[in-house]
Amino acid sequence: MSYEFLQILWFILIAVLWIGFFFLEGFDFGVGMLLPFLGKKDEERRAIINTIGSVWDGNEVWLLTAGGATFAAFPEWYATMFSGFYLALFLLLVGLILRGISFEYRSKDSAPAWRNRFDWMIAIGSFLSALLLGAAFANLARGVPINADKMFTGNLFTLLNPYGLLGGVTTVAIFLLHGANFLGLKLEGEMRDRVNTAAKKIWAVTSVLYILLGVFTYVGGFWARGVINPGIVPIAAVTVLLLTRYFLNRKMEGWAFIMVALNIVLTQVTFFTMTFPNVMLSTTNPDWSLTIYNASSSQYTLTVMSIVALIFVPIVLAYQGWTYYMFRKRISTDKKTLVY
Amino acid sequence: MDPVILSRLQFGLTTIYHWLFVPLTLGLGWYVAFFQTRYYQTKDETWRKMAKFWGKLFLINFAIGVVTGIVQEFQFGMNWSEYSRYVGDIFGAPLAVEALMAFFMESTFLGIWIFGEGRVPEKVHLASIWLAAIGSNLSALWILLANGFMQAPPAASYVFNEAKGRLELVNFFALIGNPKGWIFFWHTISDGLAMAAFLILAVSAYHIIRKQNVEFFKLSFQIASVVGLVASILIFLGGHTMGQYMREVQPMKLASIEAIWETEQPASFSLLTIGDLSGKKEVWSVRIPAAMSFLACNNFTCEVKGVNELQAQYEQQFGPGDYIPLMVVTYWTFRIMMAFGFVMMGVTAFFVWSNARGDITSAKWMKWVPSMLVLPYLANASGWILTEMGRQPWIVYGLLKVQDAVSPNLTPVDLLISLIGYTVVYGSLAVSMVYLMKKYAIAGPDAAMHESVDAVPALVGSQD
Ligand code: HDD
Ligand code: HEM
Ligand code: HEM
Repeated sequence: MSYEFLQILWFILIAVLWIGFFFLEGFDFGVGMLLPFLGKKDEERRAIINTIGSVWDGNEVWLLTAGGATFAAFPEWYATMFSGFYLALFLLLVGLILRGISFEYRSKDSAPAWRNRFDWMIAIGSFLSALLLGAAFANLARGVPINADKMFTGNLFTLLNPYGLLGGVTTVAIFLLHGANFLGLKLEGEMRDRVNTAAKKIWAVTSVLYILLGVFTYVGGFWARGVINPGIVPIAAVTVLLLTRYFLNRKMEGWAFIMVALNIVLTQVTFFTMTFPNVMLSTTNPDWSLTIYNASSSQYTLTVMSIVALIFVPIVLAYQGWTYYMFRKRISTDKKTLVY
Repeated sequence: MDPVILSRLQFGLTTIYHWLFVPLTLGLGWYVAFFQTRYYQTKDETWRKMAKFWGKLFLINFAIGVVTGIVQEFQFGMNWSEYSRYVGDIFGAPLAVEALMAFFMESTFLGIWIFGEGRVPEKVHLASIWLAAIGSNLSALWILLANGFMQAPPAASYVFNEAKGRLELVNFFALIGNPKGWIFFWHTISDGLAMAAFLILAVSAYHIIRKQNVEFFKLSFQIASVVGLVASILIFLGGHTMGQYMREVQPMKLASIEAIWETEQPASFSLLTIGDLSGKKEVWSVRIPAAMSFLACNNFTCEVKGVNELQAQYEQQFGPGDYIPLMVVTYWTFRIMMAFGFVMMGVTAFFVWSNARGDITSAKWMKWVPSMLVLPYLANASGWILTEMGRQPWIVYGLLKVQDAVSPNLTPVDLLISLIGYTVVYGSLAVSMVYLMKKYAIAGPDAAMHESVDAVPALVGSQD
């Protein structure tokens, strides 16, 4: 396999890992943020958590794998991005810690104050994570100051520009919608209706933000700065998002879920094609951008990693998919059937 | 403040913290899987309770390991970007494999084990705890192979690429066949089993003293003493092997943990050495002749190089600089680890012997057992501090120095924010974890069968 082929292959694989992460953990974040608002009683909250209880940790591993794969395949990208976005990533980590620990600990004590505190930590942790991930990606699309030594020269405030913030808020909104749709698929009875009502409201806000982000991307000149034009992909993304309303109105939860999932996938595809073959655009001087060519590992490492990925990715997909199948039943708020 | 010092401090604190919880996960997983298997075979309710009760403690501990692990994965890029550029071609691979092969497995199947009882076929439920235990231990293997490269990079595995100024992988099998990593693995897996044994011993003793669920805890105690003894012996043998390998690949570390200044043949083992205030010079010491030669090479005559000779040799090889690790630290952490290792071996042997002799449940020494839980924890933290600080000033032994590895763009303010932030967050994690561990351990096996221990009506009279 030629070196260039491997570099492109790994760019695609990393894109796939991020897409998998946004798709899967996206609804986990959404469910987390909705938890204190949709769950009024303790059983309801427990039922909401249980919709993702058995899968959230596995979903989070997509992020770890995306990080690890970036390290292995594009060490320069990993080094520049992770050190450059230092404080933002630190806050992301705090968010992930708060959320992860709370899933496990919230039911381990029955004091209402204890449980309430951890429920809010889940919501805040999920919100913080979604916001920062969105802002980070928007900044990657926008470009960041990078010098000739592939070093990030900005600081936290460089990332807090209007476009970055809009990207963050939009991501929060999409994840909320995605989470609501997921809950619609997993809960039953009165909870299911409550979720549907919420989803419709969230949909309206999300659509406005999403279109705004699209316009900003275009007008701001952040559009198609690589060698590929994403073409109709983003238009398809908007279309499926708008279609979601139709299915929400008819309470066709499965379809509504698929539409938002498609929106997430298509948005990510747009993002990755928009900058290709750059992985981090330099706003200081475009020639100093990190690309798949100047940021990648050696041909030998990429070959080894390709073999490893070829073996393990299908296995992981098989057993993760199978878990969702095993736990496909809806979850009721009946105390007798709830797992704590 | 110096960014290098702050980054080191932060990495050390977060890693040790992560590492306080990991060995228990590694070890306790096997016990729970074993209990679950016995239940599957015998359908005896005691085994089910065992799996549940120790499983609850396992999960409370596991959660912290997971959330602090994410920090670990990101820190290389965040704080050590030059390191990441320099070795990413090699070091990234085991980390990526770890995630793909181990983290997915462990987290997915643990999810099935927690939520699957009664929902998935019993065989699948049983298999899932085994797969989770195997997954965690596989993750340990890959991370230790990664760390093995930093400690003793196998010459056959890499070349230096002049144009790119970085190391590149040329032989993956040399990387994963690194003896250092495998010896780490041996020592660490046994460490996990011993850690879990001491937790089980401590909790069981607590209940036995109070005459609660005596049969249940006596059985737990018996199993843990046997496994604990075997594990302690394996730890010692692994540690002994480590010392010998260290003589080959990291002679300076060996000299520093032994406070050997001048090359000795045969080498003595220091019982007590007092250094001066800089921690780098000897003032006074008591030694056992030739014992160090035995530890380092299994005979009483071999030569062990001294710090001074190595320092001179390194200056010639790598240029001027200080190549001596901070000896007060390496010397004392090694002593703590070893001493506690022998105590652990001794007490577990004594427990096994007492068990064989008669009823242990009314033994007078039982009241001392709970406090022994500190032994593996302190030994474990000491072991890593010595391993990592003994590697100074190198981050990749003989190839890259720590001072050249930090992220150049980070300011002391960035680092102080994250350092203080992690300390606060990790501190509060520890508080809730210790609270829950104690609560569940004290509440005992019947309560573990319920939603949360204080929800058992008999205990608090609440309906929740
Ligand atoms: C319960 C914990 C525990 C106990 C009782 C021991 N160790 Fe240990 N030791 C560790 C836990 C540990 C560790 C924390 O897990 C380390 C750090 C790196 C590693 O793989 O294991 C370690 C490292 C470590 C090293 C440094 C390896 C290196 O840097 O190359 C040596 C030489 C030993 N051990 C030797 C021993 C000996 C001779 C022991 C006597 C019984 C002993 N250890 C008991
Ligand atoms: C693959 C596993 C590991 C890797 C790659 C790794 C890497 C590093 C790095 C990059 C540093 C900073 C540079 C330095 O000061 O030397 C460091 C320091 C340190 N690490 Fe590790 N580490 C690993 C495992 C561990 C574990 C499990 C522990 C145990 C708790 C640990 C304890 C420490 C300590 C205490 C320091 C500070 C040393 C000092 O200040 O001199 N490390 N390690
Ligand atoms: C400094 C380098 C290290 C990194 C980058 C690292 C990374 C991670 C990550 C990302 C997780 C969370 C996985 C999840 O979400 O399920 C984790 C947990 C874990 N790590 Fe570490 N780790 C380090 C040190 C170590 C060492 C040295 C070992 C073992 C020898 C180890 C063993 C484990 C185990 C067994 C788990 C899962 C169980 C638990 O969470 O307690 N780690 N680690």
